[in-house]
Amino acid sequence: MTPSPLHQILDYANRADPYPIYEELRRTPVHHEGDGPYVVSTYHEILGLLHDPRVSSDSRTVARTPHDPLAEPDQQESALPPSFLRLDPPEHDRLRRMTNRPFGPPHSPHRVDGMRGELRDIVTGLIDGIGDPDRFDLVDQFSYPFPVTVICRLLGIPREDEARFHTWADAIAASLDPDPDADPAERGKGAHDARMQLGMYLAGLIEERRRNPGDDMLSALATAQGEDGSMTTMELLSTAALLLIAGHETTVNLVTNGMLTLLRNPGSLQRLRADHRLAVPIVEELLRFEPPVQLVPQRVTLADVEVRGVTIPKGSSLWLVLASGNRDPRRFENPDRFDPDRRDIQHLGLGSGIHSCFGAPLARLEAQFALSELARRLENPRLLEDPPPYRRNAVLRGPRHLRIACDGIRA
Amino acid sequence: MSGDGSLERFRREGRVVVVGASLAGLRAAETLREKGFAGSLTMIGDEPHEPYDRPPLSKTVLLGRAAAERTALPRLKEVDATWRLGVAATGLDMAGRRVRLTDGDEVPYDRLLIATGVRARPWPREAEAELDGVFVLRTRDDGAALARRLAAGPKRVLVVGAGFTGSEIAAACRERGLAVTVAERGASPLVGALGGVVGAVAADLQRRHGVDLRCGVMVTALEGDAAGRVRAARLSDGSTVETDVVVVSLGATRNTEWLAGSGLGAGPRGIACDAGCRAFDIRGIVTDDVFAAGDVARCPHPLFGYQFLSLEHWGNAVSQARVAAHNMLSESTDRIPHLEVPAFWSSQFGVNIKSVGVPSLGTEILIAQGSLEERRFVGVYGYQGRIIGAVSFDQARWLPFYQELIETTAPFPPEFATVDRRAEGRRPLDADFPDPSVPTHGPTVTLSGYSPADRRMTFTPAH
Repeated sequence: MTPSPLHQILDYANRADPYPIYEELRRTPVHHEGDGPYVVSTYHEILGLLHDPRVSSDSRTVARTPHDPLAEPDQQESALPPSFLRLDPPEHDRLRRMTNRPFGPPHSPHRVDGMRGELRDIVTGLIDGIGDPDRFDLVDQFSYPFPVTVICRLLGIPREDEARFHTWADAIAASLDPDPDADPAERGKGAHDARMQLGMYLAGLIEERRRNPGDDMLSALATAQGEDGSMTTMELLSTAALLLIAGHETTVNLVTNGMLTLLRNPGSLQRLRADHRLAVPIVEELLRFEPPVQLVPQRVTLADVEVRGVTIPKGSSLWLVLASGNRDPRRFENPDRFDPDRRDIQHLGLGSGIHSCFGAPLARLEAQFALSELARRLENPRLLEDPPPYRRNAVLRGPRHLRIACDGIRA
Repeated sequence: MSGDGSLERFRREGRVVVVGASLAGLRAAETLREKGFAGSLTMIGDEPHEPYDRPPLSKTVLLGRAAAERTALPRLKEVDATWRLGVAATGLDMAGRRVRLTDGDEVPYDRLLIATGVRARPWPREAEAELDGVFVLRTRDDGAALARRLAAGPKRVLVVGAGFTGSEIAAACRERGLAVTVAERGASPLVGALGGVVGAVAADLQRRHGVDLRCGVMVTALEGDAAGRVRAARLSDGSTVETDVVVVSLGATRNTEWLAGSGLGAGPRGIACDAGCRAFDIRGIVTDDVFAAGDVARCPHPLFGYQFLSLEHWGNAVSQARVAAHNMLSESTDRIPHLEVPAFWSSQFGVNIKSVGVPSLGTEILIAQGSLEERRFVGVYGYQGRIIGAVSFDQARWLPFYQELIETTAPFPPEFATVDRRAEGRRPLDADFPDPSVPTHGPTVTLSGYSPADRRMTFTPAH
C-alpha cells in the first residue's frame, strides 16, 4: 500500500522534492483520511479558504481541535499570549494594526525603504566575510545571519547585543527543525531556555526604550498611544518574537532556495548578473516556484464549509498547501518551469487574506538585495552537491546547507 | 462580417475610432493592439490631456501630495494611434459610419467604441454656478483648480452632496485642517449607494472628524459678493452657511447628447448595449459595429435579473473596455460577455471602504463581521432571500469571500458562523435605502429596467 499523502509530505525522504507528491495530491483537491486534517492543494480552493471568515486561526480554537500533526507543541507559546498570527479579528486586527503603524503605510511609508542602505551594507559585509571561495556554506555564512541582523536593526537591538541575539535565534530555529536523532528533551530544553533568555532580554530592552525611545520599531511599539491604546509588555513580547521567528526562518529559505534555483538555472543567474533590476521578477517567481512556507497548518473551520463538492465539517483542521497551489496547472501555465518572465504571477507564496505576510515588503527587498549581490560578486559559482541536505521542517522548507564553490569573489 | 475573410481584413487594415480618451478608451485601444489589430486607430477626446486616472483627484491631489498634472494613466502597451485631443465629437452618422467633430472634421470608421463617460452635474443655476469659488470635481483641470484653492486656505468649504466624491472631498479638506460643511439632501452620507444603516456610520465618521454635517437639507441658493465671489449658501432649513468655497458634488450626467438623433439607443441613462458591449439602436436591434464601454454604457447583467446596469466604477470601465475590444475583433461565436461583479472602493477619513455586488438593490443588511459602532465591519445585503452585495469598512480582505456568495446567489441571511461575529450580527436589519425615485446626489449604480431604448429618466436637481 502506498503511504498516505500526509505522511509523504511529512516524510523527510521527500524534502528535496515534494512537488511530485503535491501533483498527486491535486487529483483530490480536498484530501482527507482518518481523523487527520483536510489537506487542500489546488490554487483557487486555497485562495478561497484564505479569505473565508468561516476559517479560524485562533490558537485557542486550534488547541481544542485534535489531529493536526503540525500543531505547535504547548511549551513554545504557553509563556506568552498568542501573537496576531494566531488570533482572529478583532484581536488580530488591533495588534496587527498597531504593529504596522511604525512599519508600513500609511503611517510609516519610509521604514522599509529607509533600510536599503543598511541592507546593502549587511549583504556586502557578509559576502566579504565568506573567505575561502573554493568551498563555503551559503546557509551558515550568509542566509542565516542576514535576516537576523536585519531584524536586530529593525527592532533597534544595540549592536553589542547582536551576537547574543544570534545565539538565541539559532537555538529557537533549531527547535523548529527537529533532528530525530537528537534527544527531544535536551533539544526542547535548549529552545525553551533560549526563549526565556530572549524574552527577559527583550523585556529589559522594552523598559529601557519606554524611558529613552529611539527611532527604532521597538521604541515605537513600546511607546504607542493611539486609538487602539497601547500594547502590554506581554503583547509586545509576543509580537517581537513573531517578527523574529517569522521574519527569520522564511527569509533564510527564500534566499537559499533562490540561490539554489539560480544555480540550477544558469541562464537566469547570468541575466541577473547583467541587470540587477531582474531581481524583482526573479524573487516573485521564486515565491511561486519555491515558497519558503510550503503549507499553512493550524486553521480550523467554524462552520461546515463546502469546497469542490466536499463538505469539511465544522471543527476540522485544515492544511492549505501553498506550494502546491503555486504549481497548479489550472492556474499557471507550465507551472513546473522556473520563468522570471512570467507576467501572470499572483502566487500564494506570501499567503493572502488577513494573515498575508506582514513583513512581505522587507522580505522582498532582502531577497532582491541578497540575490543580485550574490549573482554579481560570486565568480562562476557551482553547486558542490545537488540536491543539498535539507532541514527537517516540512512547513518552513529549505536547505540546511548549500555548499558552493566559485572562482573568486569580486569586489 | 464572417466567413468571407472580411474579419481578417478588418484586423489587418480596418479603421477603429474610439470616442473618449480616458480609462476605458485607453484600455480598449491597448487590448486591440495586444490582440493583434494592425489597422488604424483614432482616439478622440474632448479634454486636451492624455488619458489620466481620476481616483487620485479627490484624494491625494486635494491633499497636495500629488499634482493633478501627474495622474497620467500608465501605458500597458504602445497603442500607435492618431490622437485627436481637445476635440469633442458632436454627432454620429451610423449609416455613413462617420463621427463628426467640433472642428468640422468627419472621421470614418469600420468599428466605433463609445467611451465618453460622464461629466459632473453642475450647479443648476447658471449665474450662481459661475461665481468665483464654486467648483465641481470630475476632470484633471477641476482637480488642479480645487487643489489650488484649498491650498490657499479658505475659511470654510461647503460640499453640496455627500456621495462618495463629496465625502472624499470633505475628508481631504479636514485632513488639510479646513473647516467643512457638508449639506446632504438624504438622511445620511452615502445613503444612495449603501443605505441608511451604513450611512449612519459614515455620518458618525464625518462628525468625529469635525465635519459640520447637515443631512435632510438642500442648498437653495448660492450668494456672491460684489466682486462675483461666492460668500454664502442658503439652506432649505432657513439657515445660511458663510463660505468661500463651494464644491458641487451632485453626481454625474452621461455624455450622450452628441448621439441625439443618431438612431443609437442612447439617452440620459447611458448607451444601452448587450452583454458583449455592442450598442443597441433605438429599435432595440443590436448593432455590429458600434460598441460602448465604461461609465456611459449600460448593459444587462445576468446576476441582477438581466436588468440594464450602469456602473460608474473604475474596474468596470477596464473590464468593459477589454470585452468590447475583444468582441470587435471576434466572430460571433468567439465573443465574450461582460460578467464582472461590480466593485468599487473609497478612501475617506482614514477608512478604506470597499463594496462588491450591488448593495443598493438590497432591502436588508446583516453585519456579518465586526461592528458598526467600531466602524470596522462587513455588511451583507440581501434581496429576496439572496445575497446581492457586501460592503466593508477597513475589512476589505474578506470581500472576495462575499463576492463568491454573490456570484453563487447564496441565501440571505447567511446562517454560518464566522470569525468576529458580534451580537449585532445575529439578525438582519432594514438596509434603509431611500426611495429610488427621490434623487440624492446621484447614485453610482443605476438600474434602468429592461428596455434598450428606455429613455424615461428625469432628474430633479436638489434645489
